[in-house]
Parts: sequence; C-alpha cells; structure tokens
Amino acid sequence: MPEQSPISSVNDFVVRFANVNGSGSASANELFARSILRHGVPVSPRNIFPSNIQGLPTWYEVRVTEAGHLGARGGVDLMVAMNPQTWDKDVASIEPGGYLFYDSTKPMPSSKFRADINVIGVPLTAITNSTYSDPRQRQLFKNIIYLGALSALLEMDPKVIEQLIGEQYKGKEKLLSSNVHALHLGRDWALQNLKCPIGLRVKKADKVGDRIFMEGNSAAALGAVYGGATVCAWYPITPSSSVAEAFTSHCKKLRHDPETGKAKYAIVQGEDELASIGIVIGASWNGARAFTATSGPGISLMTEFIGLSYFAEIPAVIMNIQRAGPSTGMPTRTQQCDIIACGYASHGDTKHVMLFPEDPAEAFEFAAQSFDLAERLQTTIFVMLDLDIGMNHRLCRPLKWDDARQYDRGKVMTAEMLEEGRDFGRYLDVDGDGIPYRTYPGTHPTKGSYFTRGTSRDRYARYSEEGAVYVDNMQRLVRKFETAQDMVPRPLQANAGKPTKCGVIYFGSTSPAMDEAIGLLEAKGHHLDRLRIRAFPFHSSVASFIADHDFVYVVEQNRDAQLRQLIVNENGIDPVRLVPILHYDGTPITARYIANAIGDHQDHLKVTPLRKAVS
Amino acid sequence: MTYIAKPKFHHPGLPKNELGYTHRDYEGKISTLCAGCGHDSITASIIEACYELSIEPHRVAKISGIGCSSKTPDYFLGNSHGFNSVHGRMPSVLTGANLANRELIYLGVSGDGDSASIGFGQFAHSIRRGVNMTYIVENNGVYGLTKGQFSATADFGSKSKKGVTNTDNAIDLVAIALQLGATFVARSFSGDKTQLVPLIAAAIRHKGASFIDVISPCIAFNNHAGSTKSFDYVREHNDAVNRLDVLVGRDPISVDYAPGTVQVVEQHDGTRLALRKLDADYDPHDRLGAQNFLQKHAAKGQIVTGLLYVDPEADDLHAHLNTVETPLNTMDERALCPGSAALEKINASLR
Repeated sequence: MPEQSPISSVNDFVVRFANVNGSGSASANELFARSILRHGVPVSPRNIFPSNIQGLPTWYEVRVTEAGHLGARGGVDLMVAMNPQTWDKDVASIEPGGYLFYDSTKPMPSSKFRADINVIGVPLTAITNSTYSDPRQRQLFKNIIYLGALSALLEMDPKVIEQLIGEQYKGKEKLLSSNVHALHLGRDWALQNLKCPIGLRVKKADKVGDRIFMEGNSAAALGAVYGGATVCAWYPITPSSSVAEAFTSHCKKLRHDPETGKAKYAIVQGEDELASIGIVIGASWNGARAFTATSGPGISLMTEFIGLSYFAEIPAVIMNIQRAGPSTGMPTRTQQCDIIACGYASHGDTKHVMLFPEDPAEAFEFAAQSFDLAERLQTTIFVMLDLDIGMNHRLCRPLKWDDARQYDRGKVMTAEMLEEGRDFGRYLDVDGDGIPYRTYPGTHPTKGSYFTRGTSRDRYARYSEEGAVYVDNMQRLVRKFETAQDMVPRPLQANAGKPTKCGVIYFGSTSPAMDEAIGLLEAKGHHLDRLRIRAFPFHSSVASFIADHDFVYVVEQNRDAQLRQLIVNENGIDPVRLVPILHYDGTPITARYIANAIGDHQDHLKVTPLRKAVS
Repeated sequence: MTYIAKPKFHHPGLPKNELGYTHRDYEGKISTLCAGCGHDSITASIIEACYELSIEPHRVAKISGIGCSSKTPDYFLGNSHGFNSVHGRMPSVLTGANLANRELIYLGVSGDGDSASIGFGQFAHSIRRGVNMTYIVENNGVYGLTKGQFSATADFGSKSKKGVTNTDNAIDLVAIALQLGATFVARSFSGDKTQLVPLIAAAIRHKGASFIDVISPCIAFNNHAGSTKSFDYVREHNDAVNRLDVLVGRDPISVDYAPGTVQVVEQHDGTRLALRKLDADYDPHDRLGAQNFLQKHAAKGQIVTGLLYVDPEADDLHAHLNTVETPLNTMDERALCPGSAALEKINASLR
C-alpha cells in the first residue's frame, strides 16, 4: 500500500500518455481529450513530441480543468505508461499519491515501481492478442482498449465516447463498430478486475459552453482565407507546416468557383524560404494578398527580402510559428524567441509590425487583420504564434466574422485617379501619415508606372544617393511606423482587485498560465495589474502602464528577455523597473512557474525594497 | 547618366505599329552601362520585339535581380512597372507577380551571376514550375559591377582580364533549362539583333516558361583574348541552327525561303514561328535531341544559337494550379471571403 494517500480530485487533474511516435496513439489520445470536453469539462491538451517520424518517445498531456485553466500545469496525476524506453522517467514524474497505468501482460519487478503511487495494471497486450491477429490492428486497437479501461477508471460516460467514435467514422460502419468493440473490451476488463473509479474522476459539468476546440495553425490559416489571401508560398518547417496545409484544405472547401470549379487561390511550395517570401513579395507588389508561414530558421533566411519589403514598401504577411532556437535549436519545443529577430529583421535601420495572438481565436482574427495592415502600411506584418498555440488543440471562443466587413486595400491610385491628374509620387507623403500611394502594375498606359528598387530613391521613385533625399525617406518611414501604433491591436489591461504598485506584462501563449498565476499570487497576498501586449509597435498605453507602477514584471518564454529589450529600447524605459520572468526550457510556461518566480521576487521586496538596494 | 533627361521629341515621320506606338514609346531611361555594353544591344532588341508585337507598353511587368543586367529594365518600356528586386531572386518575385495577375506579360531579366550562382536554385525552380514568362539571361561570364571576377558560366580554362585561368567547370544554363522542362529554349548573341529580336518576340508570345540565354560580352572586363565570351570569340564560334520569323495574324509562309528549309510552328495563341533551318538535321521539337546536339557542339567548342526547343502546346503554372481566369489581384471580399454562415458551420464542427 502506498504511504501517500491516493490523490482524489474531480475534474481537476493531469493525465499524461507516454507513447512511441508512430504507434497510432495520437488519435486515441485526442479522442480521450475530446470525450472529456463532451462531458462539459474543459481540457487543455499538449503534444510533447520529438523531431522524428517513428520510434522515438512522444507524450500527450491532458489537463482536465473544470476551472478552465488552459495553461500547462506541470506534474502528472495519472501516467499512462505505454513506452518502455521512458518508463523510469515517466514513473518518476508522477505526483506522490498519483496513479500509474501500465500494460501488465509481462510482470515487472517491484523495483520498477514507487511505493508512494497507485499502480494499475491492465494486460493490454494479452487482451489485444487474444482478440486480433493482424499486427497493425493489434497496435491500433490497443490504444482504444486502454482508452476503454481509462473510461471505467475515471468514471466517464461510455456513450459520449461512442458518439465521438460515431462522428469520426461516419459512413464507415466496419471501422465504427470495431472501435466501439475495442473500447468495451478495455472498459469491461477494468470494470470486472479493478476498483473503479479511482480517486480521479470526470463528472459531467457545463463549463465548456459554446467554445470551440482548435489548433492555432489551422485558425491562422482560416484567418488568411477570411482575410482574402490568394497567394500562399511556403517551405515545410516544424512547427509551421500545418498552417499552409490547413490553408490548402480550407481553400479546397471554401475557395473554389462553384461554376467552373477553378481555384480562387494559388499555393506554391517553394524550394526554400527565400523563394517563399520572394513569391509573397512579388504577388503583393502586384496587388494580391499573399502570405508565408515559417519558423525561426526560415525567418533568418527571409531577412534580406524583409528589408526590401520595409524599404521598397511592399506588403507581406509572415506567420512565424516560433520554436526553440538558436540555429536548429529544439524544433519541436515551444518558445517566444524571435521577438528581436522579427522586430528588427534585416540589415540597416528597420522595424516591423508584429502581432501576438494568445490563442486560436485571436490567431484567426489577427491573421485576417494582418492583410489589411500589410496593405494599409505597405510593409511586412508578422503574425507571431508559437508551437504551443499553433500545434495544440486549444479551447477558445467561437470564431466570428462580420459580413459587412470590407477589406482595407490601403492607398492604391487607380487609373481614374491618375486620369484626374492626381500627382503620383510613389514615396510621396500626401497625408502626413508617412504612407504613400502605390499603383498596381498595368494600371495606366502613360501614368503611374514606377521602378521598384531596394536602392535609395526620391519621393518620385527616382534613384538617388543624395544624403538629404535618403534621410527624408527614412524619416517618413519612422512616421509611418508611428501611424502603425494606432492601427494594430491595443494592449489589454486587467487590474487587480486592490490598488497595487506592481504590474505584469505578458503576451501570446503565456496568457492562460498568467491568468491562472494571478489567482495563485492573490491567494498569497500579491496583487498585480496585468497588461497583455498584442502588437508591436507598442501603443502609448504600454509606457503609461509602466509609469503607473513601481515594478513591472515582464513574463516571456525566451532567455534574453526579448520583449523587455524591445520595450526598453523603443520607450526609453529604465531597465531596472522591468523585472524579467523568463522560462525557456522548451516546455510551455506554467502558472506555478510564474507564481513562484513573481512570488519569490515579491517576498524579497518585502525585506529589501529594490529601490533602496539600487539607489 | 540618369541625371541626364532623355529628350522626348522625335521625328514626326517615325513609323508606328498597329497600336499607333512608335519605337520611342518602348524606350526607357538613358542607360548607365558602359558604352558598347552588349546588354544595351539586348535592351534595344527587347524594345524592337515589343514594338513589333504591338504590345501595350504598360501591360508588361519587368522584373530583375541585381547586377549590370538587372539594371537594364530601367532602360526599356518606361511606361511599364519595373522591379529591381534582390540578387538572384528575380524568379520568385516574378512567380508571385504572375500568380497575382495572369493577364500581364512577365519579362524577367537576369545575368549569369544572378541566375547561375546566387540564384541558380530560383532559376531552376521557376523553370520547373512552368511560370509563364520570358526569362532572359544577359550572359557575359563575369561579375562586371564588382570589377571582373569569374561567374559560373565562364568556361573552364578561359582567362580573366587580370590573367587568371578559370579552373571551375562552366554551367550551361541552356542545357539546364532543357533538362528542367522549359518549353521554349533559345540562345543568341547580343551582337546578332537579326537573330535575337524574333527570338524575344516568339518567347513573349509563348505560353509557359521561355528561356533565352544571350551571350553578351562585357566590354570592360571580358572582351580580351583568352575570354570565351568576347565579341571576337563568340562571332568565330557561333553555330546558328536556325533563323526565326515571328508572324502574328499574317500568312505563315514567307516566300523568301527555299521550300523545305522553312519549318512553321504554330503556338497556343495563334502566333506562327517560321524557322529558317540552317542545320538540316536540327529538330526544335525534340528535347532529347536538342540536349544531345548541344553537348556535341559544346565539346567541339561551338556555341549553338537559335531556337533550340519549343513545345507549342505547353501549359503554365496557372493551368497546373487550376486557378480562375480572373486575375487574383482584382478579387474583393465578395469573391474571397466565405462569410459568417460558413464560419458558424466550421465552429459547429469544432465542438
């Protein structure tokens, strides 16, 4: 008997599946997560996978959270240990009093277990082998059999799972019934041989509402469809490939002419990232809405073109699904590590607009908006996701679209305007906002043509190396960036229940962990006002938020506090006032981590106020 | 010399083409290249070809990379939009532009440094994809702007102006284009306008990836003894397989040619190419034969010129992607946005 009393929790625990990559476990595990959602209980699943196709360890973690905490929690309450390669580490990671579910077909020495956990053995291989003879079937149905056993152990409603299987295999009766059969094989064995339920239980609730369950990459791709993107050029790279793949499948359903069957889009898999961004820039120059999706290494390759987009003022949308760098880094692990690389991409003086969605719903909105911004500002817009948002299913509010919404195609001078005798200077600031007019190629037989180049030129696009002409242009680009400040999504502020002189700034995928951490910190008496930054250039409210607080924590998922650097640099803030809270081991940041780091700092402040210590 | 304004007046009796434009309407700014540069002759040939085809000057998009050759789009078709992009990246920019609006004519101008070195990959992949374009390489075998380094098309054993011998093997872009599936492949010489003008005209009318390698001696850095891209060397070793006439909306057979020496090729758009055969054995429809012919003559030190291969039934990237006839850049939210009802259905499928 374990010395520790078994963990007892309803609708609030973490299950982790340890599997072998390529064993077909992913769909069974996702079915598990979805069926809990169908119980009305929020879940937050995460894939933890290697850069590998078959054979290496992979994990799938499901946080069951009636309270709706969608960030990673840390720790494991129930380990479904299906991978002998990682057994020791997996067993060690279980919380005291937690549960170990394993395939007990082959006896294991007692040294392989822990005294303070509850061991649940199910002879999965034996059950599978006695039922199926085909090796592939044995492998696939074993996953469904453990799902069946778990449903009994966690007191889940089998009807809910059956319904999901029914939806998945609609029209494929044979697959449907064989999956349901396998589910009950595992479930019945558990009910007959084990004490069900265990201390962890799923109880029906009504906490999901109308929320949807979606991956950020698919949402961003759908945003591109709604935002009017017609040209997509891309080069495969983890974790961004599924953006282009999702764009392809969304377009196949939503973007074919009903009469001719022809495509109202063009997707090219480029030979590399340079070609991808080149195609995007060529298409945008010619008046189409175009984008590419990539990750850090792709950004490095694209920087020359990004500079051209900035200087020659050509719209472009780049979706950067960030992963751990530098170099190849950890290709399948998450980070927010390209803030500086994107914000200041390319040689010379450059600055670029970045949008930071927190979840799939915002990824959809920002992706759609990015095309308006790119054409209005005639420059590159980065939509900055990361692997945590991009490649995991996340519960989020339903996607919305206003049918009255029109695309903002920006300042485009038409043949009619040219005919009227409007003065066309490609780089002429006619409205004082730094944004000039452009013409599409082929507009007018004798007016409005110009030569696009990455070299310096005057207001009428004539080549010039005159210092004053160059400075005039560079200053206009600064004005344009200032204009951008009020066009991009504003930061969102949420104040603590009590007045406080401490604040916290965060962005992107840190959101759910931060929201949860606030509760943990408040329980310990630490009150913080929150500001979620949603775009660069920073709105003036960022500087005023910092001014309103003595200390502001900046929480981010990289080593060098890149957002903090950008804030210090762009707003002339005294760095001492911005306290970095950094998490960068490649796992998603957790509420526990944030609460501990900020809590420690706050406790320390109580002893020696930092203001005195540094003065 | 761009600071010198090019005079706009011209002789009132200048001939006009079908659209009423004169040669001057197809010109651009004054060239800033060296006097006598082969590239300027190519510019003149492009102007001539566009004039003869009666193309509306503003319906051409001229795109280039970086280098002497890539500067030239500023010197022709002054009423066209031009894009002097990034070194070696003209093909991708052109591909994107072409996807955005399939109705314009795309003229890609590049050099041997731009296409055979830094942009070798993009050259190859734009050809592979069958982008509907005319891709002209102004090939002088040397880096002119940076003062005379060898390029990747410089022949093995050729000498630089400073006397250095090239020990790297040369890339023959024509051979590569043939291998990669270009549907119109030609080579010419900047000094041979009679051959070059019809080739450019035919390439423009061709639907699909047209590639023309134009040997264009660099007067400053690659026109000396020991160079294999000098005027003298190319004139001596030029082996033209055919001469071309491009006939648009006119009778196909020109009576000037002796029967049996003229081969007529009809392209997709009705353009007829009258090929005056100089080499009786040469068949411009035989891709394998062309590759073989090219290799054999290269081994003999001969530079084969003329229309080397054409597939008059070629398709382009838009056909492969099955894109709508309407240019993508003209579509608005009514054509492109699926709307809120479709989104509600998507939401429902994600619960």
